[in-house]
Amino acid sequence: MLYRESGQYKTSYIADQAIFPIREDRVGMVLIGLVALVIPFVASDFFLNAIMTPFLILALAAIGLNILTGYAGQLSLGTGAFMGVGAYSCYKLTTIFPETNIVILVLLSGLFSAGIGVIFGLPSLRIKGLYLAVTTLAAQFFLEWCFIRIPWLYNYNASGAIEVPERRGFGDIVLTGPAAGAMTQYFIVLGIVVVVTLAVKNIVRGRIGRQWMMIRDMDIAAELMGVRPLTAKLSAFAVSSYLCGVAGAMFIFFYLGAAEPSAFSITLSFQILFMVILGGLGSLVGSFFGAAFIWGLPIVLRAGLPAIGIGIGAETVFHIATMIVGALIIFFLIVEPHGLARLWSLGKEKMRVWPFPYA
Amino acid sequence: MRLTCLIAGTVMAGTLVGGALPAFAEELHVPLFSYRTGPYAGSGIPIANGMHDYLTMLNERDGGINGVKLRITECETGYDTQKGVECYEQVKGDGALVISPYSTGITLQVIPKASVDKIPVLSMAYGLSAAAEGNTFPWVFNPPDTYWDGASAIVTDIARREGGAENLKGKKIGYIFLDAGYGREAIPLLEQMSSDMGFELMQYAVPGKEMQNQSSQWLNIRRDKPDYMIMWGWGAMSPTAVKEATKIRYPMDKFYGVWWSGGNDDAAAGGEAAKGYRTLNFHGVGADYPFVADIQKYVVDAGKSQVDPAKFADNLYNRGVYNSMLIAEGIRRAQELSGKTVIDATDMRAGLENLDITEERLKEMGMEGFALPMKLSCTDHSGHHKVYVVEWDGKDWQKSGDWFSPDVDMVKPLLEKAAADYAESNAPWPERTEPCATN
Repeated sequence: MLYRESGQYKTSYIADQAIFPIREDRVGMVLIGLVALVIPFVASDFFLNAIMTPFLILALAAIGLNILTGYAGQLSLGTGAFMGVGAYSCYKLTTIFPETNIVILVLLSGLFSAGIGVIFGLPSLRIKGLYLAVTTLAAQFFLEWCFIRIPWLYNYNASGAIEVPERRGFGDIVLTGPAAGAMTQYFIVLGIVVVVTLAVKNIVRGRIGRQWMMIRDMDIAAELMGVRPLTAKLSAFAVSSYLCGVAGAMFIFFYLGAAEPSAFSITLSFQILFMVILGGLGSLVGSFFGAAFIWGLPIVLRAGLPAIGIGIGAETVFHIATMIVGALIIFFLIVEPHGLARLWSLGKEKMRVWPFPYA
Repeated sequence: MRLTCLIAGTVMAGTLVGGALPAFAEELHVPLFSYRTGPYAGSGIPIANGMHDYLTMLNERDGGINGVKLRITECETGYDTQKGVECYEQVKGDGALVISPYSTGITLQVIPKASVDKIPVLSMAYGLSAAAEGNTFPWVFNPPDTYWDGASAIVTDIARREGGAENLKGKKIGYIFLDAGYGREAIPLLEQMSSDMGFELMQYAVPGKEMQNQSSQWLNIRRDKPDYMIMWGWGAMSPTAVKEATKIRYPMDKFYGVWWSGGNDDAAAGGEAAKGYRTLNFHGVGADYPFVADIQKYVVDAGKSQVDPAKFADNLYNRGVYNSMLIAEGIRRAQELSGKTVIDATDMRAGLENLDITEERLKEMGMEGFALPMKLSCTDHSGHHKVYVVEWDGKDWQKSGDWFSPDVDMVKPLLEKAAADYAESNAPWPERTEPCATN
């Protein structure tokens, strides 16, 4: 119907290798881009602050985990801690170099996270599957312990929390801190997420990404064909942790505003793992779907149920939201184990062969 | 088929978001951040019930405050800072008069935001101690006492029992605390007191994840044999600590909890053996007050409360009531000062700052003997009021000893310094521009 591809001919390799080879996809992307640019001007601060900004940030974290788990096949439960490394290093960087633009520091802080990720990725060269999950779990607990026990990390703050100082940039606009506007923060997050996602998209469809997928599908075969597991696995850990680190830094600096170590607990790791599983393993668009679903649904339920006249207590809404999310996770895993991304691609296939869908 | 489902789902989600728009009317919006779920629900439920029921009672009995109904909304935080921030964003645009975060972690997050958004934060006897300095924190209130007042009061009481502060020299005082913003808040003061008075402070941190398994901490306590124990526990931590203390046969009359560790369920976990366990308090215990009868009549019997009848008017429930009373009196004061009945958050700030609850007013509210008169000022947002000790008799809390004042001389200069430090490390911290409203 909407997707009528007839008449679209690719006459060069470049056209054939484009990220969005079908014209309708490109039109769709432009539309999504326009919506993303228009949203801040029509939506309320609550919508921007509490839904859009964290959604984008968590989508980036989900992409990070998807690189590791979905593309390279290494199960990880340490996402929350790697996000924490990014947040704490960004905090240290900005207190040491207060004049540097915070966006640069956010992007730099991912490097620290990547370094830590590589170290904790070393065991992956010898152990696989659930056993690797256990070692990343160890990383989670060890790093969380560091956030609590090393006071240097939070500048000896009496309450053990990191508080985001006010930082200006791009011509004296307040970028972080309580005085920062919701719109400013949204646009920064949007910019970083879009640029990084495009970069990642190009990595995963290139040589490095193919190596990851070979390792995932059969590591021995990959090794025999000349893929070095050392570089492939560790680069997956590095890229994944980098993304998580950047997401973690943004989570604190552009969303929460202050953080206790408990913000990076195992709960966060699981939340992101659910986003990846539900959104679709090995799919970038799935990461966005998963993040929107896991983050958005409870908020929509909590704000929406009382608004349509179902007057129930705050904690009941909370329980119901948890139950619905849980039930939907099971439902999706049964009906569509490949996640929302697969659902999306099926839908697209059907539209492409409209009116005779066979998929 | 699936496609239609997708579309239908999207449309439904859209209507839900669109429908969630706030409605404005002649009312006073009092949002309550509560947690009836999660590991801290044990403490959170009685507090939430108490807060909710007192305000509901005002609506039912008096038709609100000076004829304007209160709109009471609860936002579930689960004691999770992330959800707390979300709740804050949600109520911010909805005419919220005052924020009651009910979690030190959430308070710390909300303090800088609230100062920019101009919404007062009432963190009743919790949150940032330094926030008592009204000149630095015009938008934050922590009456009737700060955590530092609490810690100094406990040490004062210990010194009294030892026969003077000089006898504390060489004693060992253990401090077992929830390893979060809340539990750490008292450490700077206790460290200062330990170096001033010469007692040894031993710290036992209980991580939030492991608060239901404190055997290793209590094993250390058994080895170290501190002369006194002070606890900063909340949620499932307090009953576990009390139980562990009875297990190692720690002398319970030397075990002090801050006011937040004084839930009935907290002490009951130790049963008869917990006899003698004591906590600080700043309001009455029990149900023998006229206002409790009103709550019973207008709210509980009318089926408008969620409280379990067996737990009605227990210690933490009464504390929730006390907190709501402060909110209601703040609103009343704000109405007086501004001369209008429908006030906004700025009026509310002035109202809280000029809060002056006299003996007559307490009598009028049916709270005679329940609370002491209290007064706040521009510079002092806490008041450092008197507290007293309650003791667990195996079944209920009993008043033990008289009201006494915390060591204000010691706490005050430290608070001033902490407030200055906070403003410095959060530079550029906004200067106070709000005028000191007076009558």
